[in-house]
Amino acid sequence: MDLKKQLKEGLLTKNPVLAQLLGMCSTLAITTNLFNGLGMGLAVTIILTCSNVLISALRKAIPDQIRIAAYVVIIAGFVTIVDLLIQAFLPDLSESLGVFIPLIVVNCIILGRAEAFASKNGVLASAADGLCQGLGYTMALVIVSAIRELLGSGTFGGGLLNGGEGIRILPEGAAATLVVMPVGGFLVLGCVIAGAQYVSRKLQLRQRDKEAAK
Amino acid sequence: MSESILGIILSALLTENFILVKFYGICPFMGVSKKIDTALGMGMAVTFVMALASAACYAVDLALMALDLAYMQTVVFILVIASIVQVVEMFLKKAVPALYQALGVFLPLITTNCAVLGVVLVNAQKGYDFLRSVVNGAAGGLGFTLAIVVFASVRERVDQADCPACFKGFPIALVTAGLLALAFMGFSGLRIF
Repeated sequence: MDLKKQLKEGLLTKNPVLAQLLGMCSTLAITTNLFNGLGMGLAVTIILTCSNVLISALRKAIPDQIRIAAYVVIIAGFVTIVDLLIQAFLPDLSESLGVFIPLIVVNCIILGRAEAFASKNGVLASAADGLCQGLGYTMALVIVSAIRELLGSGTFGGGLLNGGEGIRILPEGAAATLVVMPVGGFLVLGCVIAGAQYVSRKLQLRQRDKEAAK
Repeated sequence: MSESILGIILSALLTENFILVKFYGICPFMGVSKKIDTALGMGMAVTFVMALASAACYAVDLALMALDLAYMQTVVFILVIASIVQVVEMFLKKAVPALYQALGVFLPLITTNCAVLGVVLVNAQKGYDFLRSVVNGAAGGLGFTLAIVVFASVRERVDQADCPACFKGFPIALVTAGLLALAFMGFSGLRIF
């Protein structure tokens, strides 16, 4: 088990959103302010870690033919638990994320990690994998929602800081409401992924230069 | 409950388009929109499953309500959807091999399409009756088909175009989808009372 490598993969080189391009629905739909992005990211991280652990623990008991169905049921169980907890303790978050909390069931990241990692590795490694991939997802959501909130409503930390109002950065009239609307989701995510591709290509080139210099 | 059938169809197709406004089903929207033919196939398969799932889940939801198990909705719905997809696949393979050839590859993907689970959950949330649920499912599927076919036809050309290296592939597709969403925003004032 190599925690450092897993963390690097989850956050950067194999970031579920920015590099693997999974879980687009929620990334686009709920990233309208920091509170939503962070809440969604953490909810997915918790569910991903729990489902990875359980699936990894049961990986020898689940017959191969029905494994996908079994994974889906396990994931749906954890999603329901988290959904009920959020409804009970964070009603605001539940209100603003709406149907996208139950929709975590069909978030490809979770099923993807179950199939690609948890079904082949031990419990501890799977827990670490779930945590790292979840944090990578959270990071991507936070970046996208911070950009959209700044450009769209001119604030930072809406729903979270300054009594839910968020800290105003741009003056009232300067914000483009379009960015928090669906259009902005596509445009901002497109630009963020383009940025990530640009950086990763630069890093790869630098690595190659370094190796060539040796 | 008082929403008219026509209003539901109109909003599922245009004003509240499943993909471009509500963001359900972005994965297949991005994944299978490289060619118009496959996009159309996927759209038809999704429409079919969404209508069927809406009908089945309406009945299942009644049972859950009667048993006071509303909190089990998510788990039960996803199981119903997965079994519908499985049954449809087996049925098509036996009965209409030609259609199975066309849709075959897309069917397993539909289980994890959030448009299907999304429409079922929305139906339950809004308390639609049987007819409205099925209409919402079918119209939502057609809205999905419309968006994915339009998007695929734009994308076939965008892929040929010259754009900055870091935007190649997925990012430029997202930007294209954004412009498409902008176009669909033009429908937002449309209403039938």
